[in-house]
Amino acid sequence: MEWLLWFSKPENTKPLALIIFFFTFVGIVAYVYGSKKRSEKLESYRDIPFLDETPGEKGDTKDTQ
Amino acid sequence: MAVTSYSGAEQYNFDIVKKFAVMSLVWAVVGMFVGVYIASELAWPFLNFDSPYFSFGRFRPVHTTSVIFGFGGSALFATSYYVVQRTCQTRLMSDGMASFTFWGWMAIIVLADISYVLGYTQAREYAEMEWPIDLLIEVVWVAYLILFVGTIMRRKQPHIYVANWFYLAFILATALLHTFNNLAMPIDLLSMKSYSLFSGVQDAMTQWWYGHNAVGFFLTAAFLGMMYYFVPKQAGRPIYSYRLSIVHFWALGFMYMWVGAHHLHWTALPDWTSSLAAAFSILLLMPSWGGMINGIMTLSGAWDKLRTDPIMRFMIVALSFYGMSTFEGPMMSLKEVNALSHYTDWTIGHVHSGALGWVAMITFGSLYHMMPKLWDTKIYSQKLIEWHFWLATVGIILYIVAMWISGITQGLMWRTFDEFGNLKFSFAESVAAMMPFYAMRAIGGMFFLAGTVLMTFNMFMTIRQGKRENAILEAKLTAKLANA
Repeated sequence: MEWLLWFSKPENTKPLALIIFFFTFVGIVAYVYGSKKRSEKLESYRDIPFLDETPGEKGDTKDTQ
Repeated sequence: MAVTSYSGAEQYNFDIVKKFAVMSLVWAVVGMFVGVYIASELAWPFLNFDSPYFSFGRFRPVHTTSVIFGFGGSALFATSYYVVQRTCQTRLMSDGMASFTFWGWMAIIVLADISYVLGYTQAREYAEMEWPIDLLIEVVWVAYLILFVGTIMRRKQPHIYVANWFYLAFILATALLHTFNNLAMPIDLLSMKSYSLFSGVQDAMTQWWYGHNAVGFFLTAAFLGMMYYFVPKQAGRPIYSYRLSIVHFWALGFMYMWVGAHHLHWTALPDWTSSLAAAFSILLLMPSWGGMINGIMTLSGAWDKLRTDPIMRFMIVALSFYGMSTFEGPMMSLKEVNALSHYTDWTIGHVHSGALGWVAMITFGSLYHMMPKLWDTKIYSQKLIEWHFWLATVGIILYIVAMWISGITQGLMWRTFDEFGNLKFSFAESVAAMMPFYAMRAIGGMFFLAGTVLMTFNMFMTIRQGKRENAILEAKLTAKLANA
């Protein structure tokens, strides 16, 4: 259990946290932009705010683009 | 994706959204009026009336609490309850809990404002409430978190729309910030007075960790949630890039927590801490501008709406101010700039370009979009929205220009030396030099307040019109049924 003491030192855990956060963020960016199929799926979620409209609801409908 | 037809009141709890929306406007008028009053006290000191109850020190937290938590907080409760229901296509998990959050939140603002005027304060920026009120906030906020998460868990839409991510981050981060910033020991269970668990530089660090993240998560992330729903709805077009919104969310989340120490440059705080905060502040420019571009580009191909739709104009100007203040902030976090700007009115100008330009303008736009729908009617007067827009815009410009000039003048006067190496100006001389700009700032505030009063009148008439139309419709239906 001696190895656990390594984590008790801020000079070790601070760079470790930085590395974890950095690679997590890089992973998120890679996930979001890494695949064309996934990109299309993610972009389809843009329409969610328009899915529960009443037909004819004033000023609340999606423009035809 | 699931598609559901929406049938208003039966499917959703709009009653709670209506209550918070109305109170948001009430607190806007109260909070901004107090803001104008204290700005006028600085320009025309006789307004203090030599009474502690009218003093700047007691009214200032009344202003900040009423506008940030009363106006902004109520608008966030209203819009988050509206957005989570409509994008998850489900009703709030519990009507009783929703009602509890409303009455609890109103009690908090009223109690806080009264306690400040009576002289009770923790003297912690944006967290002046003493410990009994802090405990009440804790209870209400946990109820809000449970209600929001519970509603998301009941969703009929498989995907959680990005606006809800921002709202949830705001609720979680605020819970964390509020809890740790307010760790304190009351001197007696029957006394309002308490002392912080932290002391010295740790206390300063905790306060600005809270202070800046209150800006980051309460005044930024939450209002970005508002932006990600209401800008596409008002524009009639989906958000420019959903993938960019995901990266925007995570980048803000990763970076914001690090930047609070830039408020403590040139203090007893270790130098590396505030330098690190400055570095993260500069990095924050990228996600902030990514979000701004995402919002503004939603109008791509429909820019003509800016000419014809005053509500859209509110939203786009809000995004422009968001971009401007998220550029100004990192610049002010640089040590050399901070040496000039800190403790001066420049900081006040910066805060208000964010608070009035971004937070208030996006809220006005969102409420103008949402409130007529809640009462199932049209806006009473488009002309009044136009007037409101110009009064607010001119008001903000007068305000921030006055504060820029006075802040830079102050900074320069405070560090001018004569030929013997002594300070050239006394502090009183720098105060005297500020007077014209204090008057200009108060007038800017009056413009902004006048616009808010117009909006409140417009919304009051819209609600009345909606109720009247509803009554006529019900009477017609009753008559038809009686004749059938």
